[in-house]
Amino acid sequence: MSQFDVTSIRAQFPILGQTVRGKDLVFLDSAASAQKPRAVIDAMVGAMETQYANIHRGLHWMSERTTEAYEAARDAAARLLNAGDRHEIVFVRNSTEGINLVAHSYGRGVLKPGQAVVISAMEHHSNIVPWQMLRDAHGTELRVAPITDAGELDMAAYEALFADGKVGLVAITHMSNVLGSYTPAERIVQIAHAHGAKVLLDGSQAVVHRKVDVRALDADFYVFTGHKLYGPTGIGVLYGKAALLEAMPPWMGGGDMISSVTYETSTWARVPHKFEAGTPAIIEGIGLEAAIRWVEAIGYDAIAAHEAELTEHALARMSAVDGLTIIGRAQDRGGVVSFTLDRAHAHDIATLLDRAGIAVRAGHHCAEPLMRRLGLESTARASFGIYTTAEEIDVLADTLTKVREFFK
Amino acid sequence: MFEDVRDLYNATILERGRRPRHMRRLEAFDATAKGDNPMCGDRVQVWVKFAEDRSIAATGFDARGCEISKAAADLMVEAVAGKTADDTKAMFAAFRTLAQTGACEDCAEALAPMQPLAAVHEYPSRVKCATLPWHALIAALDGQGASTSE
Repeated sequence: MSQFDVTSIRAQFPILGQTVRGKDLVFLDSAASAQKPRAVIDAMVGAMETQYANIHRGLHWMSERTTEAYEAARDAAARLLNAGDRHEIVFVRNSTEGINLVAHSYGRGVLKPGQAVVISAMEHHSNIVPWQMLRDAHGTELRVAPITDAGELDMAAYEALFADGKVGLVAITHMSNVLGSYTPAERIVQIAHAHGAKVLLDGSQAVVHRKVDVRALDADFYVFTGHKLYGPTGIGVLYGKAALLEAMPPWMGGGDMISSVTYETSTWARVPHKFEAGTPAIIEGIGLEAAIRWVEAIGYDAIAAHEAELTEHALARMSAVDGLTIIGRAQDRGGVVSFTLDRAHAHDIATLLDRAGIAVRAGHHCAEPLMRRLGLESTARASFGIYTTAEEIDVLADTLTKVREFFK
Repeated sequence: MFEDVRDLYNATILERGRRPRHMRRLEAFDATAKGDNPMCGDRVQVWVKFAEDRSIAATGFDARGCEISKAAADLMVEAVAGKTADDTKAMFAAFRTLAQTGACEDCAEALAPMQPLAAVHEYPSRVKCATLPWHALIAALDGQGASTSE
């Protein structure tokens, strides 16, 4: 069904050969964190075995080689996002830290009290709480752009939020981790820019599934995390336009982010190092570089085609399960499918699926306000990766029918 | 299929989870508290009415969550009927041990109503579903309005 050979893709993921409770692993929780291909594992182990030392300041061979390998990740991230300059890539721990960095540094350093930040009604907690903290500390206002019942951003209502001219920043997901909806990022940015506001896009989910071009989108900030993109945990990326990053004060102080230090004062290193205090996640950066190269080698066209087929297949198969309701019916959507069953709570669904070797997520998916908007306490969620097969979705759908029978 | 989950999803749990006998708000109560598991979104509220000797005369609850949390709340109501606050706290300590390990020496009799949940220790991610109503009950007895099973 795919434009690439999913069997050979799967063969590159050692963990997919594992059995769970005596059954073949059916891993449908990639939106929480993706599994890792051999290329990533080998790059990380190889670095630790053959060329490891602290980076940037070492004057010896090992440090220089490690610095090169780590900094190659910056090039890879810049290439992945089509950033104009590698210095626009700031390494952080994860998307959450990237958003917090912007909230703290751009929020307090550039936004003025009384200005407003716009988020959407389908944000992950990581793109809600930092803006609440900014509001409480700095006197900014927090506005929420509503979504439609289908789970799409209500663009008319979004645009109306700019009417009073107070909006200074928009921070919106590029793809919902609950509904699978893509947001119309280009249009979001156009509207914001037309009203003088900057835009941060949370690409934690989107970057896994489709080609992101920050320059085509004209995004001011873009964040993603390595571990959802088949890379390791502990490394994420904040892209920011150079002029914005340069105007922003540092967030955390420490080594590596300074130009010079005296007891009276310090001066800051240039972007992006100004934002990278302390020894970074070196091995994880090397792993991220391998992950990006691996994804690029497969290509987003093939990835997107595979996942579009899977999603269509999943929507058809799961909709046919009696009593199952798919939550979120956006036109433009990806391989994240939330659902409820009339007879079973999401946790009970997840536990029974687990006994069948199927890993899904259940709960509020770190999006409590969205759950409330949908009138739900929780959903179960199946999410797909590059290694997911149509057969696995068939197993899920068949097992869900049996879960429902169990709770009759 | 799913025969191997019958240890936890046994007849008692399925019945109590689907048709709890004590899921109601008490019209007259002396203490109440909410329980919240922020990791999964489960919520419970417990109301308690004391007898003259301060033992528990009646307990009611409202729960939004899974079968396990509702069944646990329903069985808890029966387990603590007539108990003092100290008894109830000791029972919770014992139940936690039972829920986490599957065994609890010297507590079989007092915890008999909770025994249908003994297998929850085989499901580590579900232990907090079973203990959430107890957290709320203890918070109510302690005069605290809220609790968490986090």
